[in-house]
Amino acid sequence: MPGPAALCHHGPATRKPTRSVTPITSTAPPLGRALRLARSATDRVLTGAAGGLGERLAVDPILVRVAFGVLTLAGGMGVLAYLLVWTLSDEPQTEAEVRRPPTSTSTTAFGLVVLGLLLVLRDVGLWLGNGIVWPAALAAVGSAVIWTRSDDAERARLSRLAGIGGPLGALFDPGRVTWVRMGAGALLVAIGMASFLDQAPGLLLAVMVTLLGAVLVLGPWIARLGRQVSDERRARIRSEERAEVAAHLHDSVLQTLALIQRTSEPGEMVALARGQERELRAWLYGRRAPPDADLLSTTLEEVAGRAEEHHQVKIEVVVVGDGPLDERSAAVVRAVGEAVTNAAAHSGADIVQVYMEVDPATITAYVTDEGIGFALADVSEDRRGIADSIVGRMGRYGGTATITSEPGEGTEVHLTVPRHAS
Amino acid sequence: MTAARTRVFLVDDHALFLSGVRSELAEEFDIVGAASDVDAAMAGIRNTAPHVVLLDVHMPGGGARTVIEGIAPTHHDVRFLALSVSDAAEDVIAVVRAGARGYVTKTIAPPDLADAIRRVRDGDAVFSPRLAGFVLDAFSGEGPQPSDPELDALTPREREVLRHIARGLAYKQIARRLDISVKTVETHVSSVLRKLQLSSRYELTRWATDRRLV
Repeated sequence: MPGPAALCHHGPATRKPTRSVTPITSTAPPLGRALRLARSATDRVLTGAAGGLGERLAVDPILVRVAFGVLTLAGGMGVLAYLLVWTLSDEPQTEAEVRRPPTSTSTTAFGLVVLGLLLVLRDVGLWLGNGIVWPAALAAVGSAVIWTRSDDAERARLSRLAGIGGPLGALFDPGRVTWVRMGAGALLVAIGMASFLDQAPGLLLAVMVTLLGAVLVLGPWIARLGRQVSDERRARIRSEERAEVAAHLHDSVLQTLALIQRTSEPGEMVALARGQERELRAWLYGRRAPPDADLLSTTLEEVAGRAEEHHQVKIEVVVVGDGPLDERSAAVVRAVGEAVTNAAAHSGADIVQVYMEVDPATITAYVTDEGIGFALADVSEDRRGIADSIVGRMGRYGGTATITSEPGEGTEVHLTVPRHAS
Repeated sequence: MTAARTRVFLVDDHALFLSGVRSELAEEFDIVGAASDVDAAMAGIRNTAPHVVLLDVHMPGGGARTVIEGIAPTHHDVRFLALSVSDAAEDVIAVVRAGARGYVTKTIAPPDLADAIRRVRDGDAVFSPRLAGFVLDAFSGEGPQPSDPELDALTPREREVLRHIARGLAYKQIARRLDISVKTVETHVSSVLRKLQLSSRYELTRWATDRRLV
């Protein structure tokens, strides 16, 4: 049992800064994580598989989607490939996945892999025809050229090239590159569409192909805009949560710390720290009472907290089971409160243990201290009165109260009350 | 048991706490090393082969569970005692299920901490009143018939011992009240620990995670 040194020994030094209470069960082993592909939590159109693949390969997810699309045109392989990636990937564990920014090297490599795949597919015969796939691939490359974001390293390289000066240097000016890129991309999309229409003219087809071209040029932009909006929303929610936590800590912990610094009395400091600890614990780990009803456990914690503040004694509460606060359970809590106050005021012990067990039939409670104790025969009048009131209160609800004590051996108050009138 | 002093390894990312515990325990135990993160802890424990590892539940890089799961399969003799400022049921249950022989809160008095380390060294389990309360709560759900009654339910005697621990009584007092030896009390507690670690009881994990969401 914790002895008298329990609290004065451990000052604020033992308190750790509050940290996130992420359940440690969610931490996957690093190796397993490295092998498995996680679907993207934030960037998902269908399932997040393409987003996850893009994040893993450092390729813009939009390009991954375009590649799946082109491969689908080439005899339906894109659908199969997508299903394969989806099966082999996991649901994201946390929202904050480390996102590798797309690089031009990996993007080029990805493009070449897709091109290679197309050639293989053409060779084995899973192919809809040169006239359909190549224009589509060309248009897809155009779309990719428009929508691939240039990363910071690439920007820096371009700035260096722009430094060469002259008409060639001006072409690499980062601001201008965007326009060059867009023009080239749009041109590629247009060539792709035109060469397709060239082979199979027809008004309906022309309209459809033009629409497809518009989707290729504008679609990624719209998708990216949507993502931006949801990113902003998430950031706002996060900052609101942060503000709420900050406000709570300000009203409670910071105020108490300020009070402690202004207090010269060690006992009072300990009481302040203890009260704050209890409050913070309840806030971080406590059971949440439903808004319209009090729980037996939370009420008991409150009562113990008040007694602790009042008498500067540590009161440890353990509750097993729980239930709503009704007339009977409220009576038990009041009786426990009296017993705790009694022990805190008279026993001289540094710690009072409260244990309550709630089962469907009865409520049992123990209040134990290792204080000076007393011989039941020669108790002073005031303590007798308190004991009587506890016994009387329990008796009214068909329960019992037993007080066991011996001088030097501490005191134990044992209460039982049936939960329903018999 | 050997006559040699107990070798203790400390793992905590809070430097002040580490030095405080070190000076408290140095008189009675050999503090063979200390670490403040998961990787350093794993390496240090492998090198020094301590009897008891006193480790914090929360740490950067995975926490106590990662350390226990990394060490326990290859070092059967190393025993773990978890120590934390957190009373969150899910953390406590997770660490004990990973293989810790017990759990105490950081507000424990130094003599009690030393006593807990001795007990863990001797292969016994260490339950704080709060952990005892958690276990009683977790095993009290009526639910469906337990699939393995030997592992999924507590015997009436074990329940009784746990209740006494939850009430804050020391093993010696419990032994006197139940008229059994202290060794028998320890046997009951160790058997509860085994059930807590091995039971596949569905409610156990669910209870621990749900508890905060009530």
